[in-house]
Amino acid sequence: MTNATRMQPDKTGSFRVPVAEAAKGGALTAISRSDLVWLVFAGVVAGFMLLPVASLLVMALEPAGDVWGHLIGTVLPRSLVTTALLMLGVGAITLTVGVGTAWLVTMCRFPGRSIFDWALLIPLAVPTYIVAYSYVEVLNYTGPVQAAIRAVFGFKTSREYWFPEIRSLGGAIFVMGFVLYPYVYLTTRATFLLQSACTLDVSRTLGAGPLRLFFQVALPLARPAIVVGLSLAMMECLNDIGAVTFFGVKTMTFSVYDTWVNRSSLAGAAQLACAMLVIVFALLWLERHARRRQRFHVTTTRYIGLPSYRLTGARAGFAWAACATPIALGFAVPAWPLVDYISRRFEALADPALLQATWNSLTLSLSAAVMTIVVATVLTYAQRVNRNGGIRLLGRTASIGYAIPGTVLAVGLLVPLASFDNALDDVTERLFGFGTGLLIVGSGAALVYAYVVRFLAVAYGQVEGGLGKVTPHLDMAARTLGRNSLTTLREVHLPLIRPVLLSAMLLAFVDCMKELPATILLRPFNFETLATTVYNAASRGAFEDGALPALLIVLVGLVPVILLARTSAATFRNRRGSRVS
Amino acid sequence: MTMSTLAGRLATAAAGLLTATAFALPASAAGEVNIYSYRQPELIQPLLDGFTEKTGIKTNVIFADKGLAQRMQAEGENSPADVLMTVDVGRLDGAKALGVTQPVNSEIINGNIPAEFRDPEGHWFGLTTRARVVYASRERVEQNAITYEELADPKWKGRICTRSGQHPYNIGLFASVVAHKGEKAAEEWLAGLRDNLARKPAGNDRGQVQGIYSGECDIGLGNNYYMGKMLTNEKEPEQKEWANSAKILFPTSAEGGTHVNISGVVMAKYAPNREEALKLMEYLSSAEAQQIYAEANFEYPVKPGVEASELVRSWGSFTPDDLPLTEIFAHRKTASELVDRVGYDDGPAS
Repeated sequence: MTNATRMQPDKTGSFRVPVAEAAKGGALTAISRSDLVWLVFAGVVAGFMLLPVASLLVMALEPAGDVWGHLIGTVLPRSLVTTALLMLGVGAITLTVGVGTAWLVTMCRFPGRSIFDWALLIPLAVPTYIVAYSYVEVLNYTGPVQAAIRAVFGFKTSREYWFPEIRSLGGAIFVMGFVLYPYVYLTTRATFLLQSACTLDVSRTLGAGPLRLFFQVALPLARPAIVVGLSLAMMECLNDIGAVTFFGVKTMTFSVYDTWVNRSSLAGAAQLACAMLVIVFALLWLERHARRRQRFHVTTTRYIGLPSYRLTGARAGFAWAACATPIALGFAVPAWPLVDYISRRFEALADPALLQATWNSLTLSLSAAVMTIVVATVLTYAQRVNRNGGIRLLGRTASIGYAIPGTVLAVGLLVPLASFDNALDDVTERLFGFGTGLLIVGSGAALVYAYVVRFLAVAYGQVEGGLGKVTPHLDMAARTLGRNSLTTLREVHLPLIRPVLLSAMLLAFVDCMKELPATILLRPFNFETLATTVYNAASRGAFEDGALPALLIVLVGLVPVILLARTSAATFRNRRGSRVS
Repeated sequence: MTMSTLAGRLATAAAGLLTATAFALPASAAGEVNIYSYRQPELIQPLLDGFTEKTGIKTNVIFADKGLAQRMQAEGENSPADVLMTVDVGRLDGAKALGVTQPVNSEIINGNIPAEFRDPEGHWFGLTTRARVVYASRERVEQNAITYEELADPKWKGRICTRSGQHPYNIGLFASVVAHKGEKAAEEWLAGLRDNLARKPAGNDRGQVQGIYSGECDIGLGNNYYMGKMLTNEKEPEQKEWANSAKILFPTSAEGGTHVNISGVVMAKYAPNREEALKLMEYLSSAEAQQIYAEANFEYPVKPGVEASELVRSWGSFTPDDLPLTEIFAHRKTASELVDRVGYDDGPAS
């Protein structure tokens, strides 16, 4: 139960706490000018985020040919089940591993804990398409594992022994689970760190043992954070095409591309993608609905060192193994074949194209990450300025791009952007006698735009969660002191949620580094990122030549990942240190 | 540092980066040709280098495996694309159907490329052909000839490996079966092939050769040039070993020869550098370029008189299926539906 937090029934409830009323910055009837400006601004921003979705809807309205008879008759019943199983399986792994390790490193003391604290995030830097390739390299017949088995038992061919097939639904669940669990780990760990120490202290005083504390207090309290991480991991299953294709797992996204490429029906593909969006919406809504009566605020600013359990002996060993295993499976194993290939290709390091690709990846990802948190802040703060349900819905809808298969999203973005470019070209041609040509399409700006649409969800959940923890008392106080919505944001909220913003930005950065499908289709001429360099090699069946850029994606991604863990941990340590007196 | 200055600095940095990336574009000046390519950059680079050396015309490339025709369509009159290069006739015809191509009537090109490899209306041109062949274990497969019909024969039960049935290369092959035998017979054949699979279809064409090497399967389906690439892979010599475990058989059918597909090129409807694009297309059909295709990529040149590489010739000659490519590829949709209907990608029914 979550009655340890302050529970306020919302509109649907029977009573309201006056504070919450005041925190709205006045009643709905009297929106201040600054609030109105903010809301309009947020509406425009949300419009930009929803543009490709709208464009997708328009595409879906085109005649699709007779694709649906086939889809419903033969494809969907199976691909729905496959997709559901993939999402559930990955959900189960990410949930268990993510929450379990987060609890261990925040609540227990054991050897290596301070390293695991950040190292558990490392698999986040490994793209799923690379991890899929790598695992096949390691586990297939010619890989080291089977070679060792054959050497030990004297087998000659693969028919003489049984070995699990990694290119299967089970393999996909395993592989994706162990690179995606950091989403859950990151959000849950932050919440465990933030969880009001008082709550946990009270629970302990009331005699709750470690297990009860975990299952009955900490876990329900962390639910919103866990859901944020979990839904990211599960949506990643939905939009992934690289890993599932390589593993031969026919998810709905696979069918979207079949419908488009082999059955020449882009409209049918768009309709299928829209149907997927409806499912995502339904799931998210169900979850929100289930906890609609709960509110999660931090009620104290006193961060005391969390109660910790000192583990020794076998227990410490178990904790160590529980933390080391996901890092090994999500990072060390897939990195190994990469290193092996690179050892035979050191000369590739001197390739100037590689340096250029690294630079392109870095600048694009950084720009997009910054834009992403700006957009996320604008949209989430709008909910705070005015708790109108429509605004909340708009914000959440705006971050739905994450669930759309990348190439489909890119096509959705192309149409409105190119129309804009062509219209502008027409106008300037008429007015000034020269055309602007295609201004945005085929530029870095189009890529940044696509990244923000794709990865807004990554930042949105975190920023929303961060703002949600700031008690509405503060808004009220700031307004009483004459601050408007903008100055309140600048002077009160932004400083308070700075660690959250930073972590949201770093997370978006890592995702942008890994991004492939939208980059491929929207990029300018002669433009390569690290991800497209890997893709070029893999697309001609020579993954080994893409090993170096692949490892670079991982290494560059590691920097923010480590920063991510360090900064947030440091923030909490400092706060605790300064407040305890 | 307070939040606002942090945000300020980040915003400035972002704005700077945006401008930098937005203008880091090649201007489409004279003496350039812009290429949208479904073909892998490494495979066309030797040709583009040869073209630039000969004409001084610079080439700019965007490579993607899907959506380039849609991008051209969205970009409309301002599209910078001059030509679109593709890996199969399906996309050549698809581009034409989408209205993003223009007809080209060049005596040079028409002289170089036989009529069966170009669009009668001049919208697309084939540049190379590749055969969809059978890789067969040298150790475990004795026969040196095979038919497509035979692939569904129960004698191969548990012995065949392929990549996903939905991959365009397999769709092309299956479409040719539909074209020759009709939908019903093709469905039966495909179900038979599925029952003979050793495992669930997965991986790429090279992976099927590896499957033969590992003993997982005895025959696999793949394009001929992957064998060439593997046999000459100096960086990963173990791939040579895999490839040496298999031989190439050119399958035939009761109705015709081996299924071939073409890689090709179209000129964009609004090509801003039409002249340069024409020069490129003429160059690609020339003996010099056709020779590069043959030697570097192990494909079959379309220009009569240009020979395949020595390695490719060592695999023997074959008779390509003579049904017009467009006729075969009209059945792509049916082929794709059949793959789903028989559950091809689920692997053998146990």
